[in-house]
Amino acid sequence: MTIRISDDAAALACGADAVAEAFAKAGRTAERVSSWGMHWLEPLVEVDGIGYGPVMPDRVGDILAGRADDLRIGAVAEHPFIKSQQRLTFARFGKTRPLSLDDYAATGGWKGLERARALGADDTIAEVLASGLRGRGGAGFPAGIKWRTVADAPGPRKFIVCNADEGDSGTFADRMVMEGDPFMLIEGLAIAGLAVGAGKAYVYIRSEYPHAIAKMEAAAALASPIIAPFEVEIRTGAGAYVCGEETSLLNSLEGKRGEVRAKPPLPAHEGLFGCPTVINNVLTLAAVPFVLAEGAKAYADYGMGRSRGTMPVQLAGNIRHGGLYEIAFGITLGALVNEIGGGTASGRPVRAVQVGGPLGAYVPVSQFDLPFDYEAFAAADGLIGHGGIVVFDDSVDMARQARFAMQFCAVESCGKCTPCRIGAVRGVETIDRLMAGGRTRGAVENLPQIHNAPRRKRAAEDEVALLRDLCETMKFGSLCALGGFTPYPVLSALNHFPEDFVVESAAEGNAA
Amino acid sequence: MRDDRLADIIAAHHNREGALLPILNDVQAAFGCVDEDTVRALAAALNLSRAEVHGVVSFYHDYKAKADPRPVLKLCRAEACQARGVEALVAEAERAAGERVHIETVYCLGLCAIGPAAMTNGQVHARLDGDRLATLIEAL
Repeated sequence: MTIRISDDAAALACGADAVAEAFAKAGRTAERVSSWGMHWLEPLVEVDGIGYGPVMPDRVGDILAGRADDLRIGAVAEHPFIKSQQRLTFARFGKTRPLSLDDYAATGGWKGLERARALGADDTIAEVLASGLRGRGGAGFPAGIKWRTVADAPGPRKFIVCNADEGDSGTFADRMVMEGDPFMLIEGLAIAGLAVGAGKAYVYIRSEYPHAIAKMEAAAALASPIIAPFEVEIRTGAGAYVCGEETSLLNSLEGKRGEVRAKPPLPAHEGLFGCPTVINNVLTLAAVPFVLAEGAKAYADYGMGRSRGTMPVQLAGNIRHGGLYEIAFGITLGALVNEIGGGTASGRPVRAVQVGGPLGAYVPVSQFDLPFDYEAFAAADGLIGHGGIVVFDDSVDMARQARFAMQFCAVESCGKCTPCRIGAVRGVETIDRLMAGGRTRGAVENLPQIHNAPRRKRAAEDEVALLRDLCETMKFGSLCALGGFTPYPVLSALNHFPEDFVVESAAEGNAA
Repeated sequence: MRDDRLADIIAAHHNREGALLPILNDVQAAFGCVDEDTVRALAAALNLSRAEVHGVVSFYHDYKAKADPRPVLKLCRAEACQARGVEALVAEAERAAGERVHIETVYCLGLCAIGPAAMTNGQVHARLDGDRLATLIEAL
């Protein structure tokens, strides 16, 4: 009898360790594997391929005695949530022990690196280019072009930097990769190093992910003879969201304040310690071993338009079947939320979904036919970002969410550029005034010297106009995506849910 | 003894490129804060100005100027946990914590489909409701 329980943080948070202990007490050893990504079923117990979940320790005896039919979900691999996916990056999840080199090698591990070594640097880059793989961190920049730029840049030292500062709410795919299949990420790093001529990689992991840090450190040590002379070093962040921005991350790695750098120079020309640097997201690098092992065409056959391959979508928030769902680009948002996600966990109607983290737009149900694709989302004034989808039911107050977006930006701004540093604070104030129904003129504005100032009270619609103006300034004037994209949640809330921004008491009283 | 420990931490990372953050992470973990004396010592050891070290220390949320001896519960209050009702738990949690436990707001623990989520002493907890949160706080 093979018993498998995940040791992913999501499973641990739901009590997987206590369940494993209960099996140990019953004289059975549970194999600790990566997570299938069906988070609503965690702790998920797999007994000879048959799944039970969510399992509490007091039900372990029932499972062993065959009395747990209420928890039984059938064969895990045949579950509709798993069966309907196209898992390329997450192919091993649920099946292998994260830190077992044997498991990794037995499931096709290191094949990509071997092929890259046989192909050589130029052809490896050509392969990545042909796969159409784009940066999964959010910007969607073609990985192959970035690699080519670094390969062509002159310099005695070059670096690979893996951005594992996954701070966006609603995203956990990077965490799952690092905790569930760390060797895949290390293989991706080694391939990137070989392709561009870099000798060392840094993986910058946020401090909120202690489990991922521990697994990656262990994996880097275990894999070092295989990837040698290439080196991988794990670095830990210190709680700054903005360090997920690539240039800010580079400053942080150098031991400086995590302030954004102006571009140019691009990191590909002058990155870490002034050297040409490839900086890619975890998911981008994790997709590389498949591209090399199976060939560019096998990857590019998935997807739509210019978005090739698959996207590990993260279904989160108020959703019944939340978890990791890897699928080719092109699936509609509605299918992801309603058919796969099963609607809200609360049972109430879906009102809005935020796609792409705290800087992503709030999408109303009327736009659920939007296909998951970089260009389609950009055309609808949104972004797919890192692929996180946060579902809200009809109890959500969109004005409050818009205010939160500004407040978050104010808290996390690095302070380098004015539109973000000051604009976010002014944004919070403007939304507060708007929700208070506008403001009366202050003493100074009423002085006779200020003769061109309007005398009437500033109404709510004037505040809306101010807010839109501010959003435009932030969008086009900020140095990086933090200030530049904060207008997305704010404006989308304002445009799609204007009824939430109307204050009843503000209708009357426009006295002079 | 404290000075010895600081010297050990500096020595462990001294030869790394960009050593300041790894050192500060260890200092924060060892002493619960990065105080003024430590800033001076680090500036001297790494040949940086005090202003440079202070700038870095004050930039990152994880580094505290003063040690707080109270136990900490890190509560995620980002959008995904908001959608799952964390805001309704905050007042009750703060009541349960009182002055004894420090409730720190964090933005995202990566447990976004099973929130509300919290972290205590490196352990993660999910699917929190008022009772479970109060139990967690009392156990600290």
